[in-house]
Amino acid sequence: MSKGKFGVHGGQFIPETLMNAVIELEKAYDYYKNDPGFISEFNTLLKEYAGRPSLLYYAEKMTKDLGGAKIYLKREDLNHTGAHKINNCLGQVLLAKKMGKKRVIAETGAGQHGVATATVAALLGMECEIYMGRLDTERQALNCYRMELLGAKVHAVTSGTQTLKDAVNEALREWTSRVDDTLYVIGSVMGPHPFPTIVRDFQSVIGKEVKKEMLEKEGRLPDVCMACVGGGSNAMGLFYDFIEDRNVQLIGCEAAGLGVDNEKNAATVANGGLGIFHGMKSYFIQDEYGQIAPVYSISAGLDYPGVGPEHANLHDTGRASYVPVTDEEAVQAFEYLSKTEGIIPAIESSHAIAHCMKIAPTMDKDKIIVVCLSGRGDKDVAAIARYRGVQIYD
Amino acid sequence: MIKTLNAFKNGKAFIAFLTAGDPDLETTSKLIPAIDGAGADLIEVGIPFSDPVAEGVVIQDADMRALASGTTTDKVFDMVAEVSPKLNCALAFMTYINVIYVYGVEKFIKRCAEIGVGAVIVPDVPFEEQNELAPVCEKYGVDFVSFIAPTSKERIQTIAKGAKGFLYCVSSLGVTGVRSEIKTNVGEMIDLAREVTDTPCAVGFGIATPEQAEKMAKVSDGVIVGSAIVKIIAKYGKESVSYVFDYVKSMKDAVRKAD
Repeated sequence: MSKGKFGVHGGQFIPETLMNAVIELEKAYDYYKNDPGFISEFNTLLKEYAGRPSLLYYAEKMTKDLGGAKIYLKREDLNHTGAHKINNCLGQVLLAKKMGKKRVIAETGAGQHGVATATVAALLGMECEIYMGRLDTERQALNCYRMELLGAKVHAVTSGTQTLKDAVNEALREWTSRVDDTLYVIGSVMGPHPFPTIVRDFQSVIGKEVKKEMLEKEGRLPDVCMACVGGGSNAMGLFYDFIEDRNVQLIGCEAAGLGVDNEKNAATVANGGLGIFHGMKSYFIQDEYGQIAPVYSISAGLDYPGVGPEHANLHDTGRASYVPVTDEEAVQAFEYLSKTEGIIPAIESSHAIAHCMKIAPTMDKDKIIVVCLSGRGDKDVAAIARYRGVQIYD
Repeated sequence: MIKTLNAFKNGKAFIAFLTAGDPDLETTSKLIPAIDGAGADLIEVGIPFSDPVAEGVVIQDADMRALASGTTTDKVFDMVAEVSPKLNCALAFMTYINVIYVYGVEKFIKRCAEIGVGAVIVPDVPFEEQNELAPVCEKYGVDFVSFIAPTSKERIQTIAKGAKGFLYCVSSLGVTGVRSEIKTNVGEMIDLAREVTDTPCAVGFGIATPEQAEKMAKVSDGVIVGSAIVKIIAKYGKESVSYVFDYVKSMKDAVRKAD
């Protein structure tokens, strides 16, 4: 009966109006994922348009400065549109087109997924509408304008907490009102089945490349793979091909905001409980009555009260561990990587960099860490300046 | 407990929805007997949820007001326990799965049975996920209500076969809310369902006027009205009881015309 389970997590908890839409999507995906034409078209787009494979960069200065394990950065920030989000969007929007859909809708937090969706929609000639919490449209005003430049219509969502979860609510509502010609392109490994699987598969290119590049450069697999986790798509993309490699430690870095003991945080695995929301059973930050709690992180992309169901299961089975990283630690990592390596990371990715800075010095020099640098930080510069109390004038 | 099916024993049913705790639970405890007195056959009491994804803006706002007034699941149970013994109509809870799941499915459904709530309506639990609730509902004699929608097509009969209490027929695409016109061929959906079930079929989503109610009642066993009632409560707040009474009475009269 229930489909798309990862342990106890996952499933399809959505209104009946959407059920045939997700069944249609599942059927289409099951067909096209094995269709040589689709695979070749997708791979060509990844290579020629997104610029893959992305580099696996040895951060030598950072390694020497921290004095422990060898650090490699998977440079998803170098993809077209500046983040890993494009991998999934190329896959899903291409799939939508194959399914005969004319229009895609998507939610976005920081704006990265919205920009990536709008980009691919422009490329493939699809109508595109993006739902973004009103507060996020203010935090990321530039990305809003960017989406409009790309021909998308941006809706500022004013319900609830006016952030990412409300953008998902509104996109789901919009989808129920227009199912026939529209596909909801979910931005992370979340939502009802088959989305967590589809998004993971399209993002798994990250881990596949890391494996190949690592074998070329070091002749062996890394000891640790780490990535930031909001919904968890870049982490799942990195982890997936390493799940069976039991000696590779997998670490997801959650946004702890002002601290896990402070109510202003978004560390779902650390602070959440089992629940059912946004189409899936997973962990959610909620109160004793199951009301979804407002969450907070300096990073709009990690500001989400849930986590993808496959991550929830990797946590349950102990195959991956999830650690909280605060705003302050992330900002320090943002500044550190900029100064040390000349790479400005997204504030989301900075959460993973921060944890790497904590553990690398405690590890032997012959150990290897791979950090997924999921996006570039240009979009965050103004926010970091504000955080540091610096006045910037245009 | 008044059985859900009883709501359909006196001709076409009028089913009223309101959000518990909007604007506060004391007002809700006056509204429920008033709606009963005005002739409603079943009252759907909404337990507010922070993120009601199947609701339009009217009921979303009601949920926010209810939560802001300090409404919790336990307080809703207490309020309903107090008013239910005096009612002539059947009662159902409408809420989202997370509210029930986190409360504890067994604890929640057992409590429903104890206080006279004969059905639960949970829009984010489709047929495929009904095992999350249906077995426990069965154990306590509470009906787990199934939905069919304009997009259900070949699913209609599969769903209808197992329907308990009543089959909730969603009249339109999209979320709850008042609509000027209902374009779906609701009669066709219901005819398909009736081929496989005797469970009554009630139509909801978008119905606000007596004319719409009469029209929908003609092709079904009852009509469900939510947003139109919630709008009156939003407008008049604590003073809304007599306005809601008059409205429900006019709607029940319209539904009767379809008998």
